[in-house]
Amino acid sequence: MSGHPGPELAIETAGLVKVFGENRAVDGIDLAVPTGTVYGVLGPNGAGKTTAVKMLATLLRPDGGEARVFGRDVVREADAVRGRVSLTGQYASVDEDLTGTENLVLLGRLLGHSKPAARARSAQLLEAFGLAEAAGRQVKNYSGGMRRRIDIAASILNTPDLLFLDEPTTGLDPRSRNQVWDIVRAVVAQGTTVLLTTQYLDEADHLASRIAVIDRGKVIAEGTKGELKASVGSGSVHLRLRDPAQRPEAERVLTRALDTAVQLDADPVALTATVNGRASDLGAAEQAARALSELTAAGITVDNFALGQPSLDEVFLALTDQKSGTTDETTDETTTGATA
Amino acid sequence: MSTVATKDKGQGLDALALEAPKAEELAALLVSKDRPPRPSALSASLTFGWRAMLKIKHVPEQLFDVTAFPIMMVLMYTYLFGGALAGSVAEYIQFLLPGILTMSIVMITMYTGVSVNTDITKGVFDRFRTLPIWRPAPMVGYLLGDVIRYLIASVVMLTVGLVIGYRPHGGVLGVVAGVALLMVFAFAFSWIWTMFGLLLRTEKSVMGVSMMVIFPLTFLSNVFVDPKTMPGWLQAFVNNSPVTHVATAVRELMAGNWPAADIGWTLGWSAVLLVVFGTVTMRLYNRK
Repeated sequence: MSGHPGPELAIETAGLVKVFGENRAVDGIDLAVPTGTVYGVLGPNGAGKTTAVKMLATLLRPDGGEARVFGRDVVREADAVRGRVSLTGQYASVDEDLTGTENLVLLGRLLGHSKPAARARSAQLLEAFGLAEAAGRQVKNYSGGMRRRIDIAASILNTPDLLFLDEPTTGLDPRSRNQVWDIVRAVVAQGTTVLLTTQYLDEADHLASRIAVIDRGKVIAEGTKGELKASVGSGSVHLRLRDPAQRPEAERVLTRALDTAVQLDADPVALTATVNGRASDLGAAEQAARALSELTAAGITVDNFALGQPSLDEVFLALTDQKSGTTDETTDETTTGATA
Repeated sequence: MSTVATKDKGQGLDALALEAPKAEELAALLVSKDRPPRPSALSASLTFGWRAMLKIKHVPEQLFDVTAFPIMMVLMYTYLFGGALAGSVAEYIQFLLPGILTMSIVMITMYTGVSVNTDITKGVFDRFRTLPIWRPAPMVGYLLGDVIRYLIASVVMLTVGLVIGYRPHGGVLGVVAGVALLMVFAFAFSWIWTMFGLLLRTEKSVMGVSMMVIFPLTFLSNVFVDPKTMPGWLQAFVNNSPVTHVATAVRELMAGNWPAADIGWTLGWSAVLLVVFGTVTMRLYNRK
């Protein structure tokens, strides 16, 4: 269709479909993932991310369309694909009854390493992942972050050419999440392509160079981070006033200045409003600054003022709105832009 | 083994969780891109068998069904039926032990289905399925591990039997031959349960179906009594049941005879079970 130019593609799918009963979990997905990058697949729960990953990792048979990994068909040449990919699933893909060492040695043996080689590699990986102390403990006693690390370690016993990470940080505390991010960066720096699914815009923002946003089994936008954000354009302004009595007045001023609906928070001094950076010639920050000066001019004391990034909710709302409104505009714009 | 350090268990986990991954070391590890050749089918299966052994090591409670249960079976049936059916316990145990051994092992095989079912719902199976290895290896490894469990049960039952008066005329050789034949059959029979383990949704339903199959199959055999006193239609079933053939073959081997026909039937049934249920299991496994 659109003829992606890249030299070699790690993943290429055309009209990929998976149906579970009545539910079209994946409903015609086209992806082109260049090698050597982190490609983010962003979407809410139930959008079809995991199903898509499972098909690409040869765990599920597609009901329609085609998928190729490094040029090999995931159905007809499944074994060749398996030789080059690794999957870290949403739930720990290691044996919880076994210790960290046993898990890695087991997988090392299954990948064809001799027993001494498997042991050596396991010990090195456990050390590098900061798990050396926990090597002799059963994985079921690991914390969430340690589990995720052993899981990723198991995926890189043989350095894979393509690593699938299915929501690798869901449920992790911020420190563990940062550790996983560091690992992902180290992996991709050595030339491995990473396909990362996530529900967090923030995560895709930190790691991915290109992002596909999927919802209800379809890709609703695709592009670099910059392109995607520009296509959404909106952020939120959060305000805290000194005097709750001034809130009705502040609401009126903001509504007029930003030309959007203003939301009154549960906290009697707080308000939130969306700023659409595409609605006028001014960027989101400039619009917010102007709104602030109008508030000051109206004699309203503002104690705290913050302009936030669009949340995932806002991205989705914006993307789905644009999709129904101006047909295909986003898709065209975001797929042809320059790569950051 | 050498790296297992279980001191201060449970304590200090918080400190461990804070230990950060080391980016440079990791980078150095990732540089090597060479992949060893794939393991052979046998090597992969044995590795999965090793996994089953490790699980026994970590969760020894799971040996309950191959130790306490068989002891109970031997004692219960010997003392319950011994006097009535054969005049004395010592008399009856000579007839019963090989049969009750067969019955117990066949009953124990159903735990294979339960463990496959619980395992498949965990993420680790997804990892196995993305490995470039011989496809049946995880299942075969399972069953190899289970054969060890069946062996433990056999040794336990034979020991109890010997203590309460069982004297096999076939000697060590006869007993070993009998157990070996039983292991072959149990291995093949277990594929029924791997199939149900993959087919059914919950552990409970696997248990339910297993009971439905196992109870009639093991009781309607010549394990407890000679089928001669049974009505004709039942005799027809009992005499052709695989469990009857296995029990007879094991009984005769341990008694020092060479039951060629029953050995043939046992091996034949094993081959059929393996081919039919092994094939269905692998189809389900690949499609899952």
